[in-house]
Amino acid sequence: MPRSNRVPYEAPTQDGRFGDYGGRFVAETLIHALDELTRLYASVSRDPDFLAALAQELKDYVGRPTPLYRADRLTEHAGGARIYLKREDLNHTGAHKINNTVGQAMLASRMGKTRLIAETGAGQHGVATATVAARLGLECRVYMGSEDIARQSINVYRMKLLGAEVAPVAAGSRTLKDAMNEAMRDWVTNVDNTHYIIGSVAGPHPYPMLVRDFQAVIGAEARDQCLAAEGRLPDLLVACVGGGSNAMGLFHPFVDDEGVDIVGVEAGGEGLATGRHAAPLHAGTPGVLHGSHTYLMADSSGQIAQTHSISAGLDYPGVGPEHAYWKDLGRARYTSVTDDEALAAFRVLNQTEGIMPALESSHAVAWALREAARRPPEDIVLVNLSGRGDKDIHTVAGIDGIEV
Amino acid sequence: MSRLGQRFETLAADGRKALNTYIVAGDPVPEATVPAMHALVRGGADLIELGVPFSDPEAEGPTIQAGIERALAHDVTLADVLDMMSAFRSDDRDTPVVLMGYLNPFLRMGYEAFCKRAADAGVDGVIVVNLPPEEAGTFRNALCVRGMDLVLLVAPTTTSERAAYIAGQGSGFLYYVSYKGVTGARRADAASVAKRLTDVRAAARGLPVLVGFGIKDGASAANIAPHADGVVVGSALVETMGCTAVAGIPDSLQAQVREIRDALD
Repeated sequence: MPRSNRVPYEAPTQDGRFGDYGGRFVAETLIHALDELTRLYASVSRDPDFLAALAQELKDYVGRPTPLYRADRLTEHAGGARIYLKREDLNHTGAHKINNTVGQAMLASRMGKTRLIAETGAGQHGVATATVAARLGLECRVYMGSEDIARQSINVYRMKLLGAEVAPVAAGSRTLKDAMNEAMRDWVTNVDNTHYIIGSVAGPHPYPMLVRDFQAVIGAEARDQCLAAEGRLPDLLVACVGGGSNAMGLFHPFVDDEGVDIVGVEAGGEGLATGRHAAPLHAGTPGVLHGSHTYLMADSSGQIAQTHSISAGLDYPGVGPEHAYWKDLGRARYTSVTDDEALAAFRVLNQTEGIMPALESSHAVAWALREAARRPPEDIVLVNLSGRGDKDIHTVAGIDGIEV
Repeated sequence: MSRLGQRFETLAADGRKALNTYIVAGDPVPEATVPAMHALVRGGADLIELGVPFSDPEAEGPTIQAGIERALAHDVTLADVLDMMSAFRSDDRDTPVVLMGYLNPFLRMGYEAFCKRAADAGVDGVIVVNLPPEEAGTFRNALCVRGMDLVLLVAPTTTSERAAYIAGQGSGFLYYVSYKGVTGARRADAASVAKRLTDVRAAARGLPVLVGFGIKDGASAANIAPHADGVVVGSALVETMGCTAVAGIPDSLQAQVREIRDALD
C-alpha cells in the first residue's frame, strides 16, 4: 500500500475516484448540480471565513468538542485493553449526523437553495437535517422507509415537531435504500431550488468526500484528546459501518498513522451464514448503486439484495466507496457482529457506564469488548459512540416483551 | 450499416418522425414480452426500447416502477431479457431494439460477456440511465467492437457545451429528456422543448435526437415531434401492460401505438 513508502494518503482523484471505487453514476439531469456542488466545495474548503464559521457552528450549536471518555467499568468488564469512547452521542440531536448537516446546510445557503431533502434510516440523519432546516428557515422533506417509520417512531415525531415533512416510502424493502431512491427522484425533479443532504459517505462525487471532511472533526478531536490524555495515539479504532460516515469521520485523520489499527464493524444481522444481514464489505461484491461504484449486497444477476439489521441505520446494502478502497488497500479491516451481540453490548454499556448507546453504535461496542479482552491492559482501544439510544428504547423493550 | 442507422436513414428519406416505444421486459409476465414487441411493430413503432428490470430504478416514476416490480416478481434477469430478444429477432430482422436499464445488471454480467450475448441476440444498442459519458468509456468500447450503440441522454440542465461533448461520446441517437423529473410525472412542454432542441440538435451534429418523458398519446407526440427527429413513449404503454389481461395486451398495445403513429404522420 502507498503508505509504506510514506506518501501521504490522498483521495479521491478529481473525478471522485477512490481507487476503483466512487465516481458519479447518476442520471444526466443531476450532473449540473453535482458540478456546481463540487466547484463550490472546492472554493469554500479553502476559505478561512467559511471554515471559521463552520467551527463556530460546531462549537456553539452542536456543542463540540465532544469528550473522549475513559470507560473504566466497561474496561473492567472486558478485562483487557483500556477502552475510550468518543462521545458523539452528546452532540446536539444525539448523534454524529449533525456534523455533516450543519456543513451541508451552509453550502446549500451559499448556493441559494431554499429547500433541503434527506433520506434517513434510523431517523438520526433526518432529525439532524430537520434541525438545521429549522435553524436556517428552509423547507425540509425527509424520505424514510415505512418499515423504519414503524421502528423509529420517536424520531419520526421529532422531525415533525421540527417542522419537517416525513415522506413514507413503501417501495422495495421499505428501508434506507428505498428512501434514498425516492430522495434521488425528488432531487431530479426539484434540483433548481433543492439541495440533497446525503447523510453518509455514499452517493455520487463529491458527496463521499465532503461528508467525510465534515465528519473528520470526530477523528481530529479524538486524535488530539488521546495524545493529551495518554501521551500517545490509540492502538485500535473501532466504529460501526452502515454507509460509513461516523467510521470514516473517526478513521480518516489517522490514515497516515501506521501504528493505529482500524476496524469497521458491519451489521451481521442474524448471522452472515443466514443471508439475513447488512454486511456488504464482508459478503458483497463491487457494483453500482446510488451514484457510486462500491461493495454491494446483490444477487448473481445484479439485483440489489434485501438486507436485515436490528438497527435501521445500518440496514443498507451498500457502503461508502472510500471504505471499499480501504478494504482493498488493507488500511482498515472490516468485521461484523450479530443483532444479538449488539443488543448484549447495548445492555452492558447501560449497566457499566450509565450510557445508552444507539443500536448502531452498539455494534462497535460489541466488537470492541471482544477485541479488548484479547489485548493487554496497556493497549488503547478507541470506540466511536456515534449516537445515543433513546430512539431504540421501543425496539429493545419490544424484544423484552414490554410495552412502553 | 447498423439497424438503427438504416432505420433513421429510411425515416429521413420518407420525411417521417421516429416512434420509439418502451416496455419493461417480463412485465406483467415473461411470456407477454415477445408478443407485445411484435404488437408494437404492427402498431407502427420504428424502434423498441426494452426495459431491463432493476430493483432500484431511481429515475422512474410510479408507473414504470410498478412495471419493473411486476417483472421482478417473476425474477426476470438480464439473461432472460436477452433470451426474449433472441426470440423476437427470429421473427423480426428489421426493427431496431435498444435495451434500457441501470448499470448494475450489465456490470454484474460483465461488459464483454454481455456484449457478446447481446450481439448474438440481435440487440442494437443500450441506454443506461445512471451511466454518464465520463463513466462510460469501457462499456462503450465493448459495445462498439460488436457494432452496438451506446445511446446517451441530454437533460434540460445539460449545458450546451456538455451536450456537444455527450453527442460526441454517444451513438445511435441522442435521447433528450424533456423535463426535470422522473418518467411519467407530467406532460412534455412543447415550448420549452422547442427552445432547447434548436441548441441540442446543433450540438448533435447530425445524430438523430429523440425526445422522451411526458409523451403519452397522439396529441402530445404530435406536439413535440416537429422539434425533433422522433419521440419516445414509455409510461403510457407500461400503464396498459399493467391493467390489461395478458391475452389482450397485444391488441391493446397495437391500437394505442397506432393512434400515436397516425398523429405523427
